[in-house]
Amino acid sequence: MNEGASKIIMNFDTNTYTIKDSGKIGIIALVLGVVFLGISVLGYMDDSTHFFLNYLTAYIFWLSIALGGLFITLLHHVTNASWSTVIRRITENMAGTMPIFILLFIPIVFGLHELFHWSHAEVMDPNSSKYDAILKGKEGYLNQTFFYISSFFYLAVWTLFAYLLRKKSIEQDSTGNDYKLAFKKISAPGMILFALTTTFASFDWMMSLDPHWFSTIFGVYYFSGLFLSGLTFLLILLIFLKSKNILQNIVTIEHYQDIAKFTFAFIIFWAYMAFSQYFLIWYANLPEENYWFLYRWEKGWEIVSLLIIFGHFVFPFIALITRIAKRSVGFLLFMSVWILLMRFVDLYWIIMPTGLNEDGSHFGFNFAIYDIAPLIGIGGLFFWFFWKQFTSNAIIPIKDATLNESMKFQNT
Amino acid sequence: MSLFRKLPGVVLAEFESTGSLLHAAEKMSEAGYEKYDCHSPFPIHGMDQAMRLKRSPMGYIIGTMGTIGMIGMIALTYWTNIYGYQMVISGKEYFSWQAFIPVIFAITILLSAFGAFFGMLALNKLPQLFNPIFGSDLFAKVTDDGFFVSVECDDPMYDEAKVKSFLESIGGKNVEVVKGE
Repeated sequence: MNEGASKIIMNFDTNTYTIKDSGKIGIIALVLGVVFLGISVLGYMDDSTHFFLNYLTAYIFWLSIALGGLFITLLHHVTNASWSTVIRRITENMAGTMPIFILLFIPIVFGLHELFHWSHAEVMDPNSSKYDAILKGKEGYLNQTFFYISSFFYLAVWTLFAYLLRKKSIEQDSTGNDYKLAFKKISAPGMILFALTTTFASFDWMMSLDPHWFSTIFGVYYFSGLFLSGLTFLLILLIFLKSKNILQNIVTIEHYQDIAKFTFAFIIFWAYMAFSQYFLIWYANLPEENYWFLYRWEKGWEIVSLLIIFGHFVFPFIALITRIAKRSVGFLLFMSVWILLMRFVDLYWIIMPTGLNEDGSHFGFNFAIYDIAPLIGIGGLFFWFFWKQFTSNAIIPIKDATLNESMKFQNT
Repeated sequence: MSLFRKLPGVVLAEFESTGSLLHAAEKMSEAGYEKYDCHSPFPIHGMDQAMRLKRSPMGYIIGTMGTIGMIGMIALTYWTNIYGYQMVISGKEYFSWQAFIPVIFAITILLSAFGAFFGMLALNKLPQLFNPIFGSDLFAKVTDDGFFVSVECDDPMYDEAKVKSFLESIGGKNVEVVKGE
């Protein structure tokens, strides 16, 4: 291991509640991000469709964490919560990374034709041999202009709300005003827009990869996953800060237990949604719908499908059921990393099999070593941007009226 | 039968505030009293620790009931579809477990809820139609602004005079003995 990397100097200023580090974490993340995005170009040269699908997986994986942060912040304000005040600044900053995702969307625009079958002009042309009457019927929604407009709209909405909430919150650090009502006025419409944008974003970016297939529950399925991503990233970050003696006695075991409770509940909610989606398709057994699951049960995907059932639901469900598990920091770290890994597997399972080989068959399970490159690349840029914003202000909302109550929070 | 359980009566003492009630609870558990209770118009944070109450076994009761429900329902659906009434439904296998997940889930939840509801009643020794403590006129305040400690007469350390003086020494006011039947 590199000598410099192992000696991360980090001081916590207990007067201003800011982290003063030597800037190394940010630089390491940025270098990792740039280097691995560079390496991922190798994957592009090897198999461009595989690369773009993989890039989309990594993109949505990290975007889920940012969206999870946005959702937790919105939820905190609309429910008038006080226990989560100590973690509010962290979730605000997770959401605050949204601008980087606008930038990172550019490769997806370039890969549009590789990713989305509906974007080819010939499938909409009645005179072409590749004409597809079903897709012609969906042309009003599945067309490039609308895709660009709606994608930009989703990212713009998320960026706007993340910006507004973070700006108001940081303003509060210096003025100390009570912004409770202002936060609510932003968050209440924000919640509605969040529900609509994430639903349609999941339709556009993931469900339309297989443009014949449709599932009305898909948006909720994606939402349940993104909330898990946000919660587990939050837990990992909190445990990392705890290991550096930061936020000790401010974020206590009681908060860990509450975040773990949320995680546990949404493991069940995720399974509920995933099963509901599968169940109705399995029962009706209509050829228009069931093939989506059929090609996820062949060419190596059956192992991944089983891994998702047992790794994303059964194991975390049993592991997190007890109070002892939810209050043991080391175990929570392991479970958070595990669930976050499973989030990637779930998205990989949704996105990757939709790729088509030359003969029109679906991609088999073929995890190339360079598949990790976009994941680390986007993650590096995400974390660099997150860390830059996170360390530039106090890491808890120091003048919030509910802060004291939040610090003293106890589970009964 | 808890419905007609005879309660032997209590010694009742009033306290001024949540703080003094918490303090009194600590003193009571320190002195070794077992059959005493604290009464307040609202839940008080930290009372469980002050009274040194053990964690409720409700979780285990609910978990056991839920597991029984799950296993029982898996067994029932399996038996009916393999041995009881073999029928082909919409071309699927005899035991298509997917179709029975909702009912397995529902019975798991139902038995968990039964465990929670009846377990709570049993652990609280409810239903109980009458408690001699209501014989005290002062005790009516407990639903409004009164904080009380009651010591039951069958506590192993019970001795009327001692309990009375002890309650007074830890700040209890209006100490009275409410006799049971």
